[in-house]
Parts: sequence; C-alpha cells; structure tokens
Amino acid sequence: MPVSTSTPTPSTVTSLAVRSGRTIELLLLVLAVGIVTLAYVAVNLTVTGELPTDVWWHVGIFAALAAGLHVVLRLRARYADPLLLPLATLLNGLGLVMIHRIDLVPGQLGTSGVASRQLIWTGLAMAMAAVVLVLLRDHRVLRRYTYIAMALGFVLLLLPMLPVIGETVNGSRLWIRIGPFSFQPGELAKIAVAVFFAGYLVSTRDALSLVGRRVLGLQLPRARDLGPILVAWSLSVLILVLQRDLGSSLLFFGLFVAMLYVATERTSWIVIGLTLFASGAVLAWRLFSHVQSRVTLWLDPFAPDQSDQVAKGLMGLAHGGIFGAGLGNGYPYITYYANSDYIVASFGEELGMVGLFALLMLYALLVERGLRTAIGSRDGFGKLLAVGLSFTVALQVFVIVGGITRVIPLTGLTTPFLSAGGSSLLANWIIVALLLRISDAARRPISERRQDPSIDAAERAEALR
Amino acid sequence: MNTPVRRLALVVFAMFTALLLATTWIQFVQADDLRERPGNRRTLIENYSRDRGAILVDGSPIASSEPTDDELEWLRRYQQPSRYAHVTGYYSFTYGAGLGLERAADSLLAGTDDSLFYQRLSDVVTGTPASGASLELTIDPDVQAAAVEALGDRQGAAVALDPSTGAILAMVSRPGFDPNALSSHRLSAVDEAYTALIEDPADPLTNRAIGGDLYPPGSTFKLVLAAAALESGEYEPDTELEGGLTYTLPGTETTLPNFGGAACDPEDRPTLAESVQVSCNTSFAWLAGELGADAIREQAEAFGFGEPLDVPMSVTPSIYPDTLDDAQLALTGIGQFEVRVTPMQVAMISAAIANDGVLMTPYLIEEVRNSDLEVIESAEPRTRARAVSGQTADELSDMMVRVVEQGSGQAAALPEVQVAGKTGTAEFGDSGAAHAWFTGFAPADDPQIAVAVIVESATDNWTGETGGQVAAPVARAMLDAGVER
Repeated sequence: MPVSTSTPTPSTVTSLAVRSGRTIELLLLVLAVGIVTLAYVAVNLTVTGELPTDVWWHVGIFAALAAGLHVVLRLRARYADPLLLPLATLLNGLGLVMIHRIDLVPGQLGTSGVASRQLIWTGLAMAMAAVVLVLLRDHRVLRRYTYIAMALGFVLLLLPMLPVIGETVNGSRLWIRIGPFSFQPGELAKIAVAVFFAGYLVSTRDALSLVGRRVLGLQLPRARDLGPILVAWSLSVLILVLQRDLGSSLLFFGLFVAMLYVATERTSWIVIGLTLFASGAVLAWRLFSHVQSRVTLWLDPFAPDQSDQVAKGLMGLAHGGIFGAGLGNGYPYITYYANSDYIVASFGEELGMVGLFALLMLYALLVERGLRTAIGSRDGFGKLLAVGLSFTVALQVFVIVGGITRVIPLTGLTTPFLSAGGSSLLANWIIVALLLRISDAARRPISERRQDPSIDAAERAEALR
Repeated sequence: MNTPVRRLALVVFAMFTALLLATTWIQFVQADDLRERPGNRRTLIENYSRDRGAILVDGSPIASSEPTDDELEWLRRYQQPSRYAHVTGYYSFTYGAGLGLERAADSLLAGTDDSLFYQRLSDVVTGTPASGASLELTIDPDVQAAAVEALGDRQGAAVALDPSTGAILAMVSRPGFDPNALSSHRLSAVDEAYTALIEDPADPLTNRAIGGDLYPPGSTFKLVLAAAALESGEYEPDTELEGGLTYTLPGTETTLPNFGGAACDPEDRPTLAESVQVSCNTSFAWLAGELGADAIREQAEAFGFGEPLDVPMSVTPSIYPDTLDDAQLALTGIGQFEVRVTPMQVAMISAAIANDGVLMTPYLIEEVRNSDLEVIESAEPRTRARAVSGQTADELSDMMVRVVEQGSGQAAALPEVQVAGKTGTAEFGDSGAAHAWFTGFAPADDPQIAVAVIVESATDNWTGETGGQVAAPVARAMLDAGVER
C-alpha cells in the first residue's frame, strides 16, 4: 500500500492536526461586530442625524466582550464550534441596535435608556458565559446534579408565585422583583429542566424504550418509568397555567417531547405527547378567556373590540415590505412591546422580508450547529443536553415569530438574544456556553481527550447496566 | 440516538420554512392590502411626512401644509374653511383623507399617483424630499363667495358651471364645517370635533351639491319634460296643452291643483311655452301621460340622469323611477313621486340648454402641478352627450328667459343682462314642507354661467316660500358674479 504523508490510511489513527476553528471564529467575530457597528451608526444618523460621542464607547465595550469570550474559548475550549459565538454575538448586537433605535422615537426627548440597560445585561450575560466555560471543565459533571437540577427548575418556576417578590406583568405572573431589579426566573428554569431531562432520560431510556406492553401498536411504558416524567411535566404545566404563560408552557412541553423522542427513538412518544398537548390545548381554550381571545386574534387579527397588537405588528411588517423601510425609517414603536416580544416585527418593518430571512437564517444556523454538536457528541448525556438546548432555541423562535406572523396563535415569549430583557439574555448566553462546552468535547481529538476518573467510572457503570 | 436527532433537524427545518413562508405571505403577498387598510397609522404618518400638495383657487391656497416640529411633520391648514369646506374636504390623522378633493384626489396630493412617477424618480435621484402635487381648481372665487353669502345660514346647496366647458365655478353646501378642527394635531380635540359633526342632525359633513340624500327636483324637472316634448317633434313652443284648474290623476280620485290654485290660461289651454313660464302643474301632469315614461327617462338620461360622474368627487347619480303607473307617471311630470336629483344634475340641465344642447362633463381640477409648479396635467373639456338639438335648446332658452322676465323667476333678473331660468318648489313628505329651487344661466344669448340652487325649507308647516322667492335671489347673486368674470 503506497504511503502518503498527506493522506493517512483509514486503518491507522490520524496524526493530522485537527483544526480548532478559532481563527475562523475570530474572523467571523470581526464581521459580526462590524455589521453591528454599521447598523448602530446607520440608526443614529437616520433618526437623530448625528453620531453621539458615546457611540464608539458602546461599540468598544461590545467588541471587547466578544473578544473576551473568544480568548476564554482559546484558553478553555480550543475545539469548540467556531460558528456559535459569532452567531450569538451578531444576534445580540443587532438586538441592541434595534432596542436603541426604538428608544429614539422622533419627537420625544432623550432615550428611555432600555438599550443602555441591555448593554449592561449583555456584559453580565457574556461574563456569565465565560464563567460557565471556565468553571465547567466537562459538561458530564452536570449529570451528577440531575435531581438538583429538577429541584432548581421547580424553585425557579415557583419563585414568581411567592408573595412580596413575585410580580404580575401584563396578566402573567412570571417575574420577581427585588428592589429595582426584575427577573424572569423561568428563562433559567428551562436550562435546569433540560439538564434534568438529559440526566434522567439517559439513565432510564432503556426502560422507557424497551420495557412495557404494546397496546394498539404503541409501546406503552411501565407506570414506574412514566411516573416521574409525568409528574414533572404536569407540575410544570400546572405552574405555567397558574402563571398564565402560554408561551413557556408550549416551550417546556415541546422540549420534553423532543428529548424523550431522541432518548427513546420511539415514535410512540411523539404520538402520546401530541395527544396530551392537543387535549391540553383544547382544555385551556375552553377554560381561559385569555386563550380564547388569542385564538380569535389568530384567526382574525382585525376582529373588532379585541387587542390590535397582532394587527399593528402585521401592518408594521407590511410597511417594511420586501426590502424594509430602512433602519431608523420605520415606525416600529407604534406596535406594543416593539423592543421585546415584538422585536422581530420591528426588524421586519425596517429590514423587510429580506432582513427577516437573514435573521431567521442566523437562528437556523445556530440551531443547526447545536444539533450537529449533539450528533458529534460521544456521550448520551451530552447528546441529549445539546439536543434539548438547541431545540429550545428553535422552538422559542418558532413560537414567537410564528405568533407574530400568524402561523400559530400569539403567545408572549422573548426572542432569543434580540428581545430587551436581562433574564432571557443571561439564559441564552448560558445555553451558548453549554453548547460550546459540549462541542469542544465533541470535536476534541482523541489524543487530547480529557480523562476524569470519576466521570469515566460513572459512564462505565452506565454502560454495564 | 443520531437518527432521531437528524429527524428532529428535519422538524426544525419545517418550522423555519413555515416562518419563511408566513413572512413572505405578509410582507410580499398581503403587504399592499395591509398598507391600505383604513386606520393604518404607519401609512398615515408616512403621508404626513410628505409635503402634501396645496389646493389652489385662482392661484391662492385654500388648503396647504405647514411644517411643524412634532412627529407629524406637516400640519394641514384650510385658509377659508367657511367657503370651501366641502370642496377641500378634510385631512385628518385620525380619520384619514375625507370628503372633497382631499379624498377624491388623495393620491395626487400625497404624491403617490402613477402620473407622478417620474417626479418621484427624480426626487429619489436628487435627494429632494418627496412632495405631493398641487391642484389649481376651476372655482371662481367671486361666484363661490356670492353663493356662500347669499345662502347665509340656510340649509341647501348651490352649483355653478361654465356651460361651454363644464368647469365647476362654484360648489357650496350648507351647513358647512371647519376642516381645520379635524386636521389639528391635538388628537383628542379632533375626536371631539368629529363626533360633534357626526351627531349634528343638520349633517354638515354631507356635500349636498353632489351627494347624500337626493332631492325631489320639483318644477325644475319640467325643463326635462319640455325638452322631451320638443325633441319628439310633435310639439312646438306654441302647441296648446290641456291644463285646467285641476288635474285628476289617472285611475284615482286624487286631484292635482296648480300652485296657489291659479289657472294657467284663461281657456285652460296653455301653450308649452306658457306652461313653462307660469310653471303649470296640470298641463305638465297631462303632458307626462302623453309622452310616456320611456320618452321622459330617455331625455333625463341624455341630461345625465342615472350615470356615475366623478368631478373627481363622485356625484350620486340622479334617478328617474323605473316602473310607474299612470298616476305616478303624471306626478313625475312635475318632478314629484320618486324623481330624485342632485343640484349638480339640475345645473347640468341648464348648462346643456345654455350650450346649444351639448352637455359638457363637469370637472373641478383645472391643472395639476408638481412641486416645481410645472403643470403636469391640464384639464381638457369633454363632451358628455348631446342632450337636445340646437333648435330645442334655443326654444327652451327662450321659454326660460320669459320665466325670469314675466314668470315665476323674476327675482333672478339682472339689470343689464338677460337671464334664463326656472323655479321649483318641491314638496316632500306629507307635512307640506318644501324645498325651493332655482336653475338658470346668463347671459341668455351668450351663456357664461349656469347655476342650480336649492334651499331646504324643512319646516313643519310650509312657510309659503317658493323657489322664485328664496332660491332665485341666491342664483341671481351667483349669475351676477359669474357674468362679470
């Protein structure tokens, strides 16, 4: 067999250097920060006709944050996926620009300062991502905390129900307020829940997929396997119904079904899940007037005597048309929650259909990199966690953008990385950090694989069971 | 576990595809419909951010836009609201472009009309802020002012036309309103003003000259009958008609008296010309039966009845009823039963007679000018129909001169100028209340202006005012202003 230095034979272990991707990441980061800077300058020039002196400060802070995370990755996760960080940075930056743009309503003095607050939160969230990457050397450690994650998830979900610190905003009790700080713990809960599902499912997947009776062609699980998940699910749904938050309810349930399906590889779970969801949806529609009005507005956004939120969003999108009114040239502030729930409509108005397509592609790419990480991941826990985290992002984008564009009834949800709001930003940057950590493990060459005796022992025990 | 992950990726793909399709649907397919939805604030603000064109009468603006500092960059101002409210209409942020030219010529004023395409293109290239076109109107300010002053506080309407072109010289509807109250940027005040106008029983927002509830034409309709009779070839101006003190409606016991119970002629055989001159009811009721509904309807349609007309505001088509029994037919002969007209239509009858029988299409916009004041469109008078032959027109004209010189329309006479006219008193309802009409033109031998005036006398008990006493003086003032033009 002729031996070539450049093409190793398949039978031997490769000695070819694996590309870390850090250089590509840096180039893409420069591109992302460049786009954000241009957009920021364009907004200021269009709306106010001048560049405020602190523009370069803001751009500098943002660039420094991105560069900081890049350095952390070079030091602590050399083989992490090179697209994740630039994608998240670009989305976060564009969100900042649009929030700033909505702050600048013509004819109103000054800005409401939402963008500055969002910049502070961006700093905190990216710093938190760095902390996760530094402290969590191996994602498999999280598996030890499966049930702690479950408890944490419940506590986070329950927090807003507490008196004093709990707060109701727009009919949904999702917030806690301590002094001047308000926070939506449900955003973080979805990470804890994903960790719990991943840890739990990886242990019980065999029982869930193989044991049990077949009824009508469906493999029904044993009650003792089904029990804990049903309890966890119904509790979270119950809490969310009490908090009147449809969007998160949908999100948690979709996450649950998707992870269950991936863990068990059984289509029956999807059938069971969708049946449960359909009956739940019908029940909610029969019981709650706010659900009914959402459905009415979904079918006819111009229904008289109803909220005109959907209608205003649609008119904004229509105003943008194919190429958009141009950054700073639209009227996104006419729509309610233009910088939070409806920020996608604001983008659609000023950047048009073309701009929305680009944004959706950024999300699709982010999700695709997450799912690719799952496929490349060598441990079941990491695989499930990566699937869960990336699917949350996909589902959240689908639920909120689908609500705005009338694919499904509108449910209030934040748009990952874009919407104004600290908790959402924090949660999504932690999700990116976790995906980076898993992808680092997935792409790391075998020679550099980290050996952790305690984790490896646990995995061996798992394999033997 | 990789197979389900790949399948899940397909689900994600489907979800994003749904979003892309929905976005395309809204921003591409439905976009125009959504933009044009009434109450779309974005479209309104967008229009406000453009310098909306002025509406000009004799070169000076009656509606124009002033720059402001607030979010709505331009404020619409109406310089002579009491005179021109129904001509201009209003332009309100809350209620959009309403009534008048603001609505009918919206795309020109806003600058979005297709005819302004090249203007917009060059604006984009040169970076000039987009602006709308200005409209120079056909209105003669003196005739308009004369009509407004003569009508005073009475409810009613007046229209003046240039018979040879169809140019609208005056268009007045009373009561008026102040469009400035609706164009204000103080939106709560606008709401209040609008509600007050909507709830006002006198209905000031209706342009009575061209639309809204149509009026019974009363005796002015006798011109249509006389025209039909002359056109039939069986009648001459001196043909004698049957016209006694009363006329019993065919098939009924009901008798129709003459106005004031007077005889039309000592022998009860008034000629056609005499019948027009004294506005004889009995002879025209009889004549209607002789001519038949079809002949009358054909003549009415030749004058413009039943056909849509945009000046560019749309004029409600006037009606000659479809199915009639003999008694009803007789009543239509004196402009009663279900004959309904706009003052514009009545003015068109006079204008056609004045113009040798040729009816010109009425129009209000003389010129459209772009922001550089270049004329981009200029009105060309258009013939609408030949209503009657030249000879019939001459004969009708002579009869109308006698109405003013010796008959019921003497209040419209001018000292130096020969005026042709016809009065009308149109009863409506059962209360005895009536509307007073006058239509005519001057000078009779070289007509420069044709008018129609209606004064509503919607009192419970008929005040006894007739077209000759109430409406003719208004017409006189307008004709006076018109012939000196």
